[in-house]
Amino acid sequence: MLKQTPLNAAHRAMGAKMVDFGGWDMPVNYGSQIEEHHRVRNDCGMFDVSHMRVVDMKGAGVRSFLCYLLANNVDKLALPGKALYSSMLLDNGGVIDDLIVYFMKEDWFRIVVNAGTADKDIAWMKRQAAKHAPQLTVADHPELAMIAVQGPNARAKVWQVLPQTRAATEGLQNFQAADCGEYFVARTGYTGEDGFEIMLPAEKAEGLWNALHQAGVHSIGLGARDTLRLEAGMNLYGQDMDETVNPLESGLGWTVDLKSERDFIGKAALLANPPKRKLAGLVLLDRGVLRGHQQVHTAHGIGEITSGSFSPTLEKSIALARLPKEVQIGDTVQVAIRDKMLAAKVVKYPFARNGKAVCSL
Amino acid sequence: MSNPSNLKYTASHEWVRTEADGTVSVGITQHAQELLGDMVFVENPAVGRKLKAGEECAVVESVKAAADVYAPVAGVVAAVNSDLDSAPEHINSDPYGAWMFKLKPDNAADVNGLMDATAYQAHVDSEAH
Repeated sequence: MLKQTPLNAAHRAMGAKMVDFGGWDMPVNYGSQIEEHHRVRNDCGMFDVSHMRVVDMKGAGVRSFLCYLLANNVDKLALPGKALYSSMLLDNGGVIDDLIVYFMKEDWFRIVVNAGTADKDIAWMKRQAAKHAPQLTVADHPELAMIAVQGPNARAKVWQVLPQTRAATEGLQNFQAADCGEYFVARTGYTGEDGFEIMLPAEKAEGLWNALHQAGVHSIGLGARDTLRLEAGMNLYGQDMDETVNPLESGLGWTVDLKSERDFIGKAALLANPPKRKLAGLVLLDRGVLRGHQQVHTAHGIGEITSGSFSPTLEKSIALARLPKEVQIGDTVQVAIRDKMLAAKVVKYPFARNGKAVCSL
Repeated sequence: MSNPSNLKYTASHEWVRTEADGTVSVGITQHAQELLGDMVFVENPAVGRKLKAGEECAVVESVKAAADVYAPVAGVVAAVNSDLDSAPEHINSDPYGAWMFKLKPDNAADVNGLMDATAYQAHVDSEAH
């Protein structure tokens, strides 16, 4: 039996094509995935991300515990509401999950984790807390729904529908959240566009969804969510990273703080095993479509595509690929697609953000 | 959209139309394009290639996935629709107009062995369960 979010009936009423997404019955599109993609880049759209899990950590000393639990440095969070993207590592440096952590108060941090990894994440957090900070409470909130509204017009639409949140959220910086009672509103997302992610009680979800729809916000499926995040150069757990690869080989070096004195889980393993590979962007020069697991032949050895698709913004096929670290931006590589070898160029990513292509060929 | 009654169909979701010149046009069905979603790439066989019935001979790729297209009957590739190179989305907007390639069948009667629209619809319905 597939799990359902509180918006399941609403998706079906809007004509969504539903798929099994890691055990969840989720909308992949409501018609055309490419139209949905452009709508988010050029206007705005809304996503049901209620399958993701909210975890609250509360108690004295939560900050210092998170400094040890997470690879990125939570001490960077000085302003209440500010958020940080981080990976959470095993002792051997493998990535358990990537997450966003919000600093709300000195005794309250909120964490949002991926759906597919939520149960193992929470078990890991509880085990580590029991060992290192038994005074903390670690409580997940599967009863909360989450709606992401993304695109250049997203915030204005949210304020139109939830005017009571405007005063508290107007001044939010990128990667900052405000707790507005029933609505927890964060200026974060997974599309490379401005917007909000709104956590709210499950019973309020359908009302907000329909009100946003009435205000002209189109629903967007997981298909467009994937091409939007890929263009924005954002990793997907399970494809671009997992427990078998360390974050420095998954393009997550910027989220791993090896400079500060502090110790964190996985640090020793990262220092002992310098990366041999790196994540790079590819743009296909020949006709075709790059896909995950295709082999990439380079002058320095073989790599592999971790995520690939067609970019509606660039109108070319793009990919993230794990390549030997000697490969340079601008190199031409060969990708094995069925019985052919097709040329692709190694590029710096992101490929597109804020409505525009940002990658130059 | 219903499946036109003047066409023949395969279990692998190709449609087949016999043309006045004796060739057969091949495309993918409404059901197939709907499953795949927005088309972004079509790779057709080379003109002149000899195909066995059921042989993999073309690929359609949507944003979501790649799918093989099979020769519905044995024959030689007589023409390919190069308009689809720059406009693969025609397969979505007009699946029964957007032919992919034409075959000169080894044996014109082979087409009669394919499914008619009613049998094909029953096949689609059975796959849905």
